[in-house]
Amino acid sequence: MAVAKFDIPEMKDDIEIPKLREGAMSHIKSFPAPEKVQDFMGYPHELGEDWKERAIDKMGELLGKYRSLKVFLDACVHCGACTDKCHYYLGTSDPKNMPVARQDLMRQVYRRYFTTAGKLFPKLVGAKDLTQDILGDWYNYYHQCSECRRCSVYCPYGIDTAEITMAGREILNHVGMGQKYSNEILGKVQKIGNNLGLPGPALIDTLEGLEEDIEADTGVAVKIPLDVKGAEVLFITPSADYFAEPHVESLMGYAKVFHAAGISWTMSSHASEAGNFGLFNGNYETMRAVAMRIRDAALELGCKRIVVGECGHAWRVAYSFWNTLTGIGYGADDPFSVELQKQLDHNYPQPQHICELTNDLIKSGKIKVDPSLNDDLVVTYHDSCNVARASRMGTEPGGQFIIPRELIKSVVNNYHDMADGTIGEATFCCGGGGGVLTDDLLEVRVKGALPRATALNNVVKEHKVNFMAMICAICKAQFTKVLPMYGFDMSMVGGVHQLVSKAIKLEKAE
Amino acid sequence: MSLSTVTMIYAGMFYVAALVMVIGLVYKIVDYSRTPAPLVIPTTPAPTTRSGVIYRMAKEVVVFESLFKANKWIWVFGWLFHFGLLLVLLRHLRYFTEPVWFWVDIFQPFGKYASFLMVIGLAGLWARRFLVDRVRYISTPSDHLMLLLLIAIGVSGMLMTFVVHTDIVALKVFFMGLMYFDVQPVPADPILLIHLGLVAFLMLIFPISKLLHAPGLFFSPTRNQVDNPREHRHVAAWAARLDQKN
Repeated sequence: MAVAKFDIPEMKDDIEIPKLREGAMSHIKSFPAPEKVQDFMGYPHELGEDWKERAIDKMGELLGKYRSLKVFLDACVHCGACTDKCHYYLGTSDPKNMPVARQDLMRQVYRRYFTTAGKLFPKLVGAKDLTQDILGDWYNYYHQCSECRRCSVYCPYGIDTAEITMAGREILNHVGMGQKYSNEILGKVQKIGNNLGLPGPALIDTLEGLEEDIEADTGVAVKIPLDVKGAEVLFITPSADYFAEPHVESLMGYAKVFHAAGISWTMSSHASEAGNFGLFNGNYETMRAVAMRIRDAALELGCKRIVVGECGHAWRVAYSFWNTLTGIGYGADDPFSVELQKQLDHNYPQPQHICELTNDLIKSGKIKVDPSLNDDLVVTYHDSCNVARASRMGTEPGGQFIIPRELIKSVVNNYHDMADGTIGEATFCCGGGGGVLTDDLLEVRVKGALPRATALNNVVKEHKVNFMAMICAICKAQFTKVLPMYGFDMSMVGGVHQLVSKAIKLEKAE
Repeated sequence: MSLSTVTMIYAGMFYVAALVMVIGLVYKIVDYSRTPAPLVIPTTPAPTTRSGVIYRMAKEVVVFESLFKANKWIWVFGWLFHFGLLLVLLRHLRYFTEPVWFWVDIFQPFGKYASFLMVIGLAGLWARRFLVDRVRYISTPSDHLMLLLLIAIGVSGMLMTFVVHTDIVALKVFFMGLMYFDVQPVPADPILLIHLGLVAFLMLIFPISKLLHAPGLFFSPTRNQVDNPREHRHVAAWAARLDQKN
């Protein structure tokens, strides 16, 4: 199926709030999941006779299970604080891409079926019966949300549209309207072990090739171990790191860090994927099943530490949810968690981000780096949304902003931040997160990248920045595809550990 | 002494409105607190301690921190309205206390003029619903009517404070009577009756309208959760049952 042509938005000097254009993105429709994909996930593949009943029942169930959904659907006062905060609204000017309007697609139905006011006076409070048109709007606009949570920073009640989008996708799945991209990936990760569907033997092959590359390049035999029992660290990274460009450069960086620090480590073919698309679909059981692979691998391989590679939403799931879902973490006394805690080394945070690990090693002098090896680069850093607004690094709030920047500055000499209001907690999504990174949504992705591209363009003009570092596999894939359409060179995009990889000294420090 | 029909209607109206508001809010608060929050989802950077969360919530409640980050116009009008309303409400305590608490007396002059802040704030918020295309798009009839209701309450009150005074001594007797279940006549002043009728209506719709943002804020997981998921396992009851199957 061909994707319709569209205009690339024009970058202005500043990020501008557009006048709204109703229906500007109403033609978008992500490819629906076919029967066998839906089957595997236990969802129907078409609307049945009773679709409306099923949808309302599911909404009722979710309202009983998630306080976030219930409070967020009640609390909004339509103040408008969020209306200019979504990158998809800024890039498309479609009013249904304003966070509050995206929420209202569900809120109108919630009010009609679950609130007194909406049952008695639907017109007055904007309540509507659920129709196939509304369901279509849900499918359309809940796949134009990257669940980046930027709106939740600005809402006076902390309403997080991501929670609504997740619930919307969950309901859509239960009435047979799944999205091909996300659900196919959820099938692959559970059947094969990673999102790309790369089987064990192919993975071994790939990693051996990378080891040869590193040795040819540096003269040092750096290993990238797989399924090694008794290794200290179990390393979990997004599968794009195995062969996609520029992801693979960071993988070589991680390997060099472990080598230089003398830490024994391994990856797992069973858990060869950090990404967890269960998050995007808002299904607790799916997210738990995908996360459980990591717990299984840790128990099987007997590792004492679990470290996570450069992947934004994976770090959210790992940092914020793994302890809840699988017991990877501390503080629990239930038998389920105690089993794993006996094995983990309590001297380290569990799980630990690779940036936390590498930054500690450099600061304590356990590995040596030469930042002048990156002197050809002028670097800026893109805060990935899930790291910025849904997780932390280190011990202090905001460590997720400080630690990656400290790490970058220790391996490069030229660094400039992008403008305030586009980084840190206010960072703009790459435009491809949350289950949107698919070619059938290319128009959404390109337009959604406009705010980030504009902010990047300004540091390129002002400071001659020629490299944007990041710690997210989705951001890397999205930017390498989309930024060239805005006139940037693809090679400007890369991982933080790509920079580490260039600057690290491989002879072991004393 | 026989009571007029108007008095009976207003007395009954306030009893019903107070009952609906209290029961409705208690029901909502109990419902919110019983609904589990299965995952740790604070919007980060977030406090890593309980006391840090109390400080974060206090900033949201008192100075509307997130709204300040979002939009200075909404913040100015929203804060003026809420702060004005607070002072006005404190001033009104004088009609429900005998003797009047000393600090209510201190607030009296501020409370009178705070009504201007309140109405200016409301007018600004309403203007945005017409002038800003994005806010116009999201506004429902009830959004407009809510502002109209609040402005009408404010303006009718100001008329009595600054233009045509009402018999506040008799009014106080009426409310003290309601509180002690000894109904006394309500002053038959049209502006006062409009003011009181609108207030009773506001109380009535509180638990079924967007005024639920008031209790909702305190239950918002993105604001009230502690950011400590690596150190503390957070499991909801329905989710814990899944662990037993492994």
